[in-house]
This record gives sequence, structure tokens and C-alpha cells, in this order.
Amino acid sequence: MRYVVRRLGFFALTLWVALTLNFFIPRFMPGNPLDALRARTHDRLSPAALEQMLTSYGFKPHQNIFVQYLEYLRNMFTGHWGISIGATLGEPVSTIVWQALPWTLGLVGVTTVLAFLLGSLIGVVAAWRRGGRLDSVLPPVFVVTSALPYFWVGLMLILVFSVWTHGWLPSDFNYDPDLLPEFSLGFIENVLKHAVLPAATILIASIGAWILTMRNNMITTLAEDYVRMGRAKGLSNSRIMTDYAARNAMLPNLSGFAMSLGFVITGSILVEYVFNYPGLGYQLYNAVQNTDYPLMQALFMLFTVAVLVALLVCDFAIAWLDPRVRATGSR
Amino acid sequence: MTGLLVDTSGRAVTRRRGSGLTAAIRRSRKAQVGLVILLVFCIVAVVPGLFTSVRHPNALQFTPRLGPSGEHWLGTTSLGQDIWAQLVYGTRQSLVIAVVAGLFATVLSVLVGVTAAYLGLPDDVLSMITSVFLVIPTFPLIIIFATYAGKSTLIVVLIVLVVTGWSYGANQMRAQMLSLRNREFLESARVRGERRTYIIFAEALPTMTSLIVAIFLGAALYSLLTAAGLQFIGLGDPDSSSWGTMLYWSESQSALQTGMPLWSIAPGLCVALLGVSFALINYAFDEISNPALRPVRRRHVKRARVRNT
Repeated sequence: MRYVVRRLGFFALTLWVALTLNFFIPRFMPGNPLDALRARTHDRLSPAALEQMLTSYGFKPHQNIFVQYLEYLRNMFTGHWGISIGATLGEPVSTIVWQALPWTLGLVGVTTVLAFLLGSLIGVVAAWRRGGRLDSVLPPVFVVTSALPYFWVGLMLILVFSVWTHGWLPSDFNYDPDLLPEFSLGFIENVLKHAVLPAATILIASIGAWILTMRNNMITTLAEDYVRMGRAKGLSNSRIMTDYAARNAMLPNLSGFAMSLGFVITGSILVEYVFNYPGLGYQLYNAVQNTDYPLMQALFMLFTVAVLVALLVCDFAIAWLDPRVRATGSR
Repeated sequence: MTGLLVDTSGRAVTRRRGSGLTAAIRRSRKAQVGLVILLVFCIVAVVPGLFTSVRHPNALQFTPRLGPSGEHWLGTTSLGQDIWAQLVYGTRQSLVIAVVAGLFATVLSVLVGVTAAYLGLPDDVLSMITSVFLVIPTFPLIIIFATYAGKSTLIVVLIVLVVTGWSYGANQMRAQMLSLRNREFLESARVRGERRTYIIFAEALPTMTSLIVAIFLGAALYSLLTAAGLQFIGLGDPDSSSWGTMLYWSESQSALQTGMPLWSIAPGLCVALLGVSFALINYAFDEISNPALRPVRRRHVKRARVRNT
């Protein structure tokens, strides 16, 4: 129980730090949203109208900064994220976010979890057959793939599977623009087809790290006395591999997974940009291009929340796998 | 148990005498390949003029859209620049970003990690700060930061990379330092009455050389990839010479779709190669800090095959 409280406390603290950074960075940086907006609207709107628009986003330069800060925090938590001042001028930020969120969860979320599970599995097998054919080929290959920039992998896949094969697989958007979203086989097939290349990109670029760390943990674990004990007792190989070694080797990999989610998000933003995939990362790019401050703020908060939720899930998975964590309340 | 501890710290001491690192590199084919790639890039970065006769790689001085030829090895861009020359001159900035940001991030990691674990300063506070920095999604933060900062100069990019890149290493340093703290050789130095700075710099840190190098390589790889990503989406200085900037221009000119794939392939391949060289060198250091990972030698049957890989 103490463990759960600790982790929840960490969750709250990190969220608060992220939100605070998010609030203060714009206010301490040169340039202000008013000028940016004036440049974007080519002085067609009166300064008063512009300022009123910005007020809706919480930009009140004359107000006490502390009051502004509290109000900002309250708005972030209650979902009052303001109005977009970017390409879709006047659209509520929450509408944009809710439209983009399912695509990112479906593409990035599913692929990341898949890469982690698949990578861990391959790592376990590679370490188990130490010195075998699989183990001598895989590590060097995945050292290379884990150093590739996500976006470049995406570009190469587009080149091979879309440009050179004359559009064999689609290279942008989430579904063909002339289709209407509906619950039909044809539409789902179209969506999946559009997801193949971006998903393959994330898989190729991220799986190497999981394989390598899992293999290394597994090798270390296999040298432990309790594994030898299991062998001496005459347990079956599969029992030793899964219940004795893999279960323990998984623990550092799980916390490693939680720690590297930031990197995955980084890569995914760029992948969505490369494939024009209308998820959160793509919207963040748009927001940056159009200096759409309210959208940027809301998206950054969502990214933080996403990482933190995944972190909590990992923490609880670790607690479930490792009785020591439950007992002492710490790692 | 005590015998085991003495044994490991004894090994650490011999490693400090300098044989460990070079021996590990000599033993590992992967690390050698990595070092050679890195060396080639270093030479190109220092004297780009040796590798191309073009002096102003960003000037629009050639016929656009030429294919690869003897004169233009990789062809020209749709803006009329020599792709090979851009590649050669771009090496310097990409390498400098990776090395300098990696170096400063490592220094910060070591400082925070050691302070948290050894000096008895508020460990809870420092490790909390480290974990917070580790978890906050840095890339969106960098994007937002770079947008507000306006046109990002090299300095802005470097600062951002250091500020966001230190936490991973600090976490590892802290864990390692905590496990070292009660080892006998540090205990005996304390009993001898050595100063803290001596214990940390002369006794503790040298045993962690391989970890520090690994942290540096990791931070350099992170900086390289992040900077390339930033420049790719147009948040770098579009007039600078770097691989990321090349990728930005090739993407904005639709190089893939208009039959100039080399413009996109070449700089990405260079980023990947440099990244791979860091990762390969790192491989050797992994094997130092964790002897269990060293290639299996006593497997009689597979012996030759393992050596050959």
C-alpha cells in the first residue's frame, strides 16, 4: 500500500513540474503570443480583438502572474484548454485533441507495446540459446537498428514500399481522404493499410533496444544460483526459462521500458510527421508551425500524462512480478 | 561473500591501470569497427576540404537535379548544391553537437549522481528531480522551447540537449555509486582520513570509467538523433550545414517523390552510421562492466563460429 501511495505521489509531483514548466517557459522566453498572432493575421484584426482572443487562452499580461498560474492549473485539469489560434482558428483545443488521440493510441500505443513484448521474447530466446545461430546474428543487427533515427527509417520505407513500387502501400494520412469513416470491412482494411508503414517504422526502430537489454538481463540472470538450483532439481527447460529466469530478467526491462517511453514519444512525433498521420504528434508539429500556444500546452500536458500513466502501469506490473517491492515499498 | 567483493574490487584496480579498456577494445571486433567509423568522421569533420573541391556547399552554384556522376558523386539537389559536398561539410556540426552535448550531459550526470549517492546531500530530493526529468517527455518540451526561442542557433540546441539529456546517466551513476559506497577500498580510504574529493576522484570514479564512457556514448547518441530530428522538422538553423538540415531541405523539396532519393538517403545514412559507431563502441563497454556478456569462449563446438561474428 505504501508503495502505491509513493508512486501516486511521484505521479502528481511530475505532472505538476511538467505543467509548471509548460506555464513558465512561454512567459520567460523572448517574443509573445500577441506579436505572433498579429503577424499571422497580417494586422487585419484590431489589437483589442486579438487580445480578447488570447484572453480565452489565459493570456492576461496585466494580471498577477500567480493568479494566472492558478487559473492555468485549474483550466488544465478541468479540460478548459482554450481555443486554437492556429490553422483551425477558433476551434476548441479539446475537439482537435479528441480527434487526434485515438489515432495516436492505436498506432503508437499498440506498436510500442507490441515492440516491447516481441523484443523481450526474442531477447529471452536469444539469451537461452547463448552462442547459437540466432544469438550470433541478432545482437549486431539490432545494435544497428537501435541507432537509426525513426524518421529516416520511415523515409526509407516510403521510398521502398511506396515510391519505388508505385504506391503499393500508402505513405500518408490515416485513411484515403475520399472515404467516409464508417464501420465497414473496406474502411477498416483501408485504415490498417495506412498504418502498416508507420507501425513498421516504430517497430523496426524501437525493438532493438528491448531485445538487447532483455538478452543482457537474461544472461546475467541465467548465471544465478537459483537457476542452477532449478536445473539440479530436474525442472523442465521451459519452466526454468520462463518461471525462473525470464520472470526475474523482466524486472529491469520493465523499469527500462518506463524510462525510455520519452524516447518512443520523440520518435513517434517524427513518424507521424513523416507519414502525415493525424495523431497528437502531427498536431504538435502543426501547432508549432502556426505558433498555436493553447494547442501546444494541451498536447504537452497530454504527452506527460500518457508517459506517467504508462509508468504507473509498469510500476504495478513490477509490484505484481516482484514480491520484494510489495514487501518493502521501495525498489 | 567477502572474498568475492575483494576479488571484484581487485579487478577494478587492475582495470584502472589502463589495460582493461584497451584490452576490451582489442578483444571486441564490434568496438574496433565502431572506432574506425568514428575516426573517419572525425577526420572529415576536421579537414572537410580534403574530401571535396567545393568550398561553399550551401551556395546554389550547379545545375539542379543532376544524377550521380564523376563530377558530382551523389548528384545535385533541386536547388543546385552538390550533395556529396554538403554531406562532407555537414559532418562537423553533427559531430560537434553529439560530442559536446554528450560531454556536458555526462559531466552533469556524474555530478548529480555522485552528489546524490555519496555526499549525503539530500538524496531523496536529487533522485526525485532526476526521475522527474527522466519522465517528462523531453522532445515535445524541446520543440516548444525551440519555437519560443525563435530561430535556434547552435548554442540553443546544445543547451536544450544537455538540459534534457543528463537524467538517464545520473540515474545510473547514482545506482552504481550507492553500491560502491560501502565497498572495502572506499571504507579504508575513509579510515585513512583521505579527503572526500580524493576518495571520489581518485578512488571511486576510476573504477567507474566504463560506466562513465557508456553514459557518454548514450548521451552522444541521444543528442545526435534528437538534433537531427529537430533540424529535420525545421527547428534548426536552415542555413547551417548539417545532416539534419540536409534532411529538412530534401523533405521540403519532396526529394523522395521527385526521383532524388540520394538527397534523403545519404544524410540519414551518415546519422545512422555515426549512431551505430557509438552503439558499437558502447557494446565493448557493456562487456567490461558485465563480464557475463563477454563472448562465450569455452563452447567447444560453436567456438569458431562465435569468433567469426
